[in-house]
Amino acid sequence: MRTLRYGRTGVLLELDSSAAVTAAYRRLRAACTGGRLAGVVELVPAARTVLVSVAIGASPPVERLRELLADLSTDEEPVTGSEAPMVTLPVRYDGEDLALVARTAGCGIDDVVRLHSSGEYTVAFCGFAPGFGYLVGLPQPLRQPRLADSRPSIPAGSVGVAGEFTGVYPRRSPGGWRLIGRTEQVMFDPSADPPALLTPGYRVRFEPLV
Amino acid sequence: MRRVSTRTLTVLRPGPLALVTDLGRPGQAYLGIPRGGALDLPAFRLANRLVGNPEGLAAFELLLGGFELRADTGCTVAVTGPPTAVTVLREDGTRRAVGSHRAVYLWAGDRLLVAAPDSGLRNYVGCSGGLDIPAVLGSRAADLLSGLGPQPVRAGERFPLGPASGSPADAAPVPVSVSPDELSVPVLLGPRDDWFDQPATALRATWWTVGSASNRIGLRLRGRPLRRCPDRAQVELPSEPMRPGAVQVPPSGQPVIFLADGPTTGGYPVVGVVDERQLPALGQVRPGSALRLLPV
Repeated sequence: MRTLRYGRTGVLLELDSSAAVTAAYRRLRAACTGGRLAGVVELVPAARTVLVSVAIGASPPVERLRELLADLSTDEEPVTGSEAPMVTLPVRYDGEDLALVARTAGCGIDDVVRLHSSGEYTVAFCGFAPGFGYLVGLPQPLRQPRLADSRPSIPAGSVGVAGEFTGVYPRRSPGGWRLIGRTEQVMFDPSADPPALLTPGYRVRFEPLV
Repeated sequence: MRRVSTRTLTVLRPGPLALVTDLGRPGQAYLGIPRGGALDLPAFRLANRLVGNPEGLAAFELLLGGFELRADTGCTVAVTGPPTAVTVLREDGTRRAVGSHRAVYLWAGDRLLVAAPDSGLRNYVGCSGGLDIPAVLGSRAADLLSGLGPQPVRAGERFPLGPASGSPADAAPVPVSVSPDELSVPVLLGPRDDWFDQPATALRATWWTVGSASNRIGLRLRGRPLRRCPDRAQVELPSEPMRPGAVQVPPSGQPVIFLADGPTTGGYPVVGVVDERQLPALGQVRPGSALRLLPV
């Protein structure tokens, strides 16, 4: 693990894989909740890094973070135990780019549906919009580039793929991911507790609607 | 059950952009929720203190004045931020210049006019009891990136006020900061300074112009582009956490300094982070101003 300075009040932890990020994030979140890591204002995972930031005037607890993560295996597999909540999202696989995704993968549309809905995913991190989860665990043939041009507006609930990730747009927004389907599930509701259906570390399955 | 507030005020003219703001939504970036909240936090807090409120109650954040409100019932208000002309207009037509940075009592029917400041961008209007609108995820602040919180204030919009709890501060003078149109701010290099060709030297030598597309999400800078190291030129950075003050450099080499409504993650390298204590000053920098980022 590398530690990189991120302002006076922040440190960025750089890890070798998305799985290691998820493992580190889970451990640090539990340490914050359990009172074993004090003073953290934001704990934010991303693709290969985790930001730990503290209040103005304080310094990031770099030594304590190293202690907490000392025995973290760099090739740790995503936790599949019962402690990580599982969310199942019903999806109608009728996305605008389904044919493009099948062509790129060199398979049929039915295979795309089967591949995507048979995977078990982990929420690696959230970003782009409140409640937008970047899910890892995408089968290799579905790991495809973004569209050359973003669409200016795509509907809430659209399910897309881009690079190593799949995800669901929580609200109408611009977006450049290849769209394969749509879910009716509400992904983000600011008046709900918790507001986001997907939280880093959660596991996700997609269930095809016919 | 929601208490029915009997004290209200009405915004008659919001000016170019008036928002409800407070201390924002810290601690929720892991869900993709920006921190948000007042850009000039010391000025925001002072507006609350002057009217006798706890520091975090919701207040107005004005962009370039042009703002007018009417007290529907008696209340105390205070305008902070860059110095600006503040006028009270009575129902009988009399006008009184009251000035900024002091508590002013408005009788029912009085109007408060806030002019555009001579320097800087954003004034804050604190109201006794605070703006009592429903909170979203712990805050009443309008977030322009995520769309959380209320929409920008509209002409004719009426706001309930919470119960006034404290005593307004004396009209003793308080220090007022003036925003210069040339500003140097300290920057701590990292986390991705090693992606750039001699970033410290390049930054020291460059005066940037603050671009007109700047807003609460970020300041867009124009100037001699920062160059990536040749071995990083074609490399893509996996999405990384962003934070207010982060100086992100897209392939164009023209940096963006993220502010309170900035995104929580991004795909371009961050060359350095503006010292957090300078963020209030960045919230007051006008487009067209000259800005230098000084590595420390």
